Amino acid sequence: MSEAEIKTSLESADAKAPPPKTSKWDEAKLELRKAPLSAKFGLLVIVSYVFAAVFAPLLTPYGESEIVGEVFMEWDEVHILGTDNLGRDMLTRLLYGARNTVGIAFITTCVAFLIGGISGMLAAILGGWTDQILSRIVDVLMAIPQLIFALLLLTIFGTSIPVLIIIIAVLDSTRVFRLARAVSHNVVVTDFVESARLRGESMGWISIREVLPNIMPPLVAEFGLRFCFVFLLISGLSFLGLGLQPPTADWGSMVRDNATLITYGDITPLLPAGAIALLTVGVNFVVDWFLHKTSGLRDGQ
Amino acid sequence: MQKILNMVAQRLALGLVVLLVVSLIIFLGVELLPGDLAQAMLGQQATEETLIAFRKELRLDLPMHTRYLEWLFNILQGDFGRSLANNREISELIGSRLGNTLFLALFAATIAVPLSLTLGILAAMYRNSYYDRAINIVTLSSISFPEFFIAYILIFIFSINLGWMPSLSNVSADTPLGERLFVSLMPAITLTLVVVAHMMRMTRAAIINLLASPYIEMANLKGLSRARVILKHALPNALAPIINVIVINLAYLIVGVVIVEVVFVYPGLGQLIVDSVQKRDIPVVQACSLIFAATYILLNLTADILSIVTNPRLLHPK
Repeated sequence: MSEAEIKTSLESADAKAPPPKTSKWDEAKLELRKAPLSAKFGLLVIVSYVFAAVFAPLLTPYGESEIVGEVFMEWDEVHILGTDNLGRDMLTRLLYGARNTVGIAFITTCVAFLIGGISGMLAAILGGWTDQILSRIVDVLMAIPQLIFALLLLTIFGTSIPVLIIIIAVLDSTRVFRLARAVSHNVVVTDFVESARLRGESMGWISIREVLPNIMPPLVAEFGLRFCFVFLLISGLSFLGLGLQPPTADWGSMVRDNATLITYGDITPLLPAGAIALLTVGVNFVVDWFLHKTSGLRDGQ
Repeated sequence: MQKILNMVAQRLALGLVVLLVVSLIIFLGVELLPGDLAQAMLGQQATEETLIAFRKELRLDLPMHTRYLEWLFNILQGDFGRSLANNREISELIGSRLGNTLFLALFAATIAVPLSLTLGILAAMYRNSYYDRAINIVTLSSISFPEFFIAYILIFIFSINLGWMPSLSNVSADTPLGERLFVSLMPAITLTLVVVAHMMRMTRAAIINLLASPYIEMANLKGLSRARVILKHALPNALAPIINVIVINLAYLIVGVVIVEVVFVYPGLGQLIVDSVQKRDIPVVQACSLIFAATYILLNLTADILSIVTNPRLLHPK
């Protein structure tokens, strides 16, 4: 993102600033009403997923890995989506999957942003050797394809949830680092940062009060995109049997476990895969809308 | 010309350094194991003697740098060592699988590249039309679909319901080319669907970027047809970013094969690495990672060099 783009995004934000009387809440409601259909659809999807994740235990009478009947039962009134390869209720597993799969992807993305965001901002503010060293480390990490690197590290450290979260977060933080560094770089050279430096403000003040507010819009959009990416990567690993381990309900491994059903013309195993796709589409729609509003970042790429 | 050669040489040298560092990371990653490889393989209850014997067999008793150099030189001569799981030569395991994987990636590329270029150029020509918007939504969705979802949908439609294609892509060394193309068509289409969206979007963006420049306006004012303006005037300048995107996506294809190979039980390198991760067969995973990473780095390097070589500004210096 160039300096000019940051400027236009700041200007457009200024231009759109509502008269001071309306509250933040009204403003948000107005924006929402003006949002395109695709963004509304995306928001609806995200809200319903969060709802399923939070209230999973209340929405279903069965336990996450409770065996409730025969193996591979058909769809009926009791088990709306049938049962899986071990006789567990499919719908229950789907609901709990929202909690596990989405939750872990969300935590991982947060950790990635914490690592990548902080080090990116530091690299831009401090410059010099810190910048050189961090940037070269990131260059090397990005030279190895992410999935392959994850596979290698999982072989070494074994597959457990904390290991998975840390590995994916570190690998993904490289992308966050690049973005955070690039956008902070444009802010660091401005006069207000210079004057803060001359005032003798601390590193923490400069990064949190001066730089961070100005790099927020691209970072928020990137958060959505990175979440999609992390979510797909973890699902992919689970599908390969190397991500979340049984008996945890997880969409990727549910597809893998029940894939044989597809050869009998049953679409049940496609549901968890569809659930993954739907959420990613939803988040992408919302990010697209957000990017469109804050700047022309997407088209400029 | 001299300038271009210099830049290319610089990139090549940099690529070589990156390759070396990556090989170092892949090799040293194992050293991060709590204990060492022998302990990890034999478990807690192994006696001291067996551990020592095993270490000697794996040459773990030698210092790290000796082992790294030995590993690297052996690999350069095509010797990847032996698998821990079945004690077979790794080069033998990799041999035909590498060919299969490259074949699949190449097959997917021959479908994906012309398709996405055409779609991208069309989207740029008819910008903001319904066609453009439809493509925008379709591409946004297709990057959101996990590979295995696309693969199983294809299997469900074409193998189960219509019965046109086999759902397993079993190929062996003596499969004739025609049959090989037929059984690997579905994996290739899956991969195509995964990468087309990105390539198309970038082609569109690269051309639209150029359409705003004054010389294109001039061509329009001269009264040239829209197709001529885009193909003759805009495309040559957009070539560098487009080639870049194509090669980056080829690099992505090489990695994307992993999941697709597992779905279609296609005997390639991706399946080997997944199997070996499950068995924690570290030497095989190291060998496969190195091959994947090297291919990826070489393709990215090619993208870099091609975009230097095709840059009209560098080719015709003032």
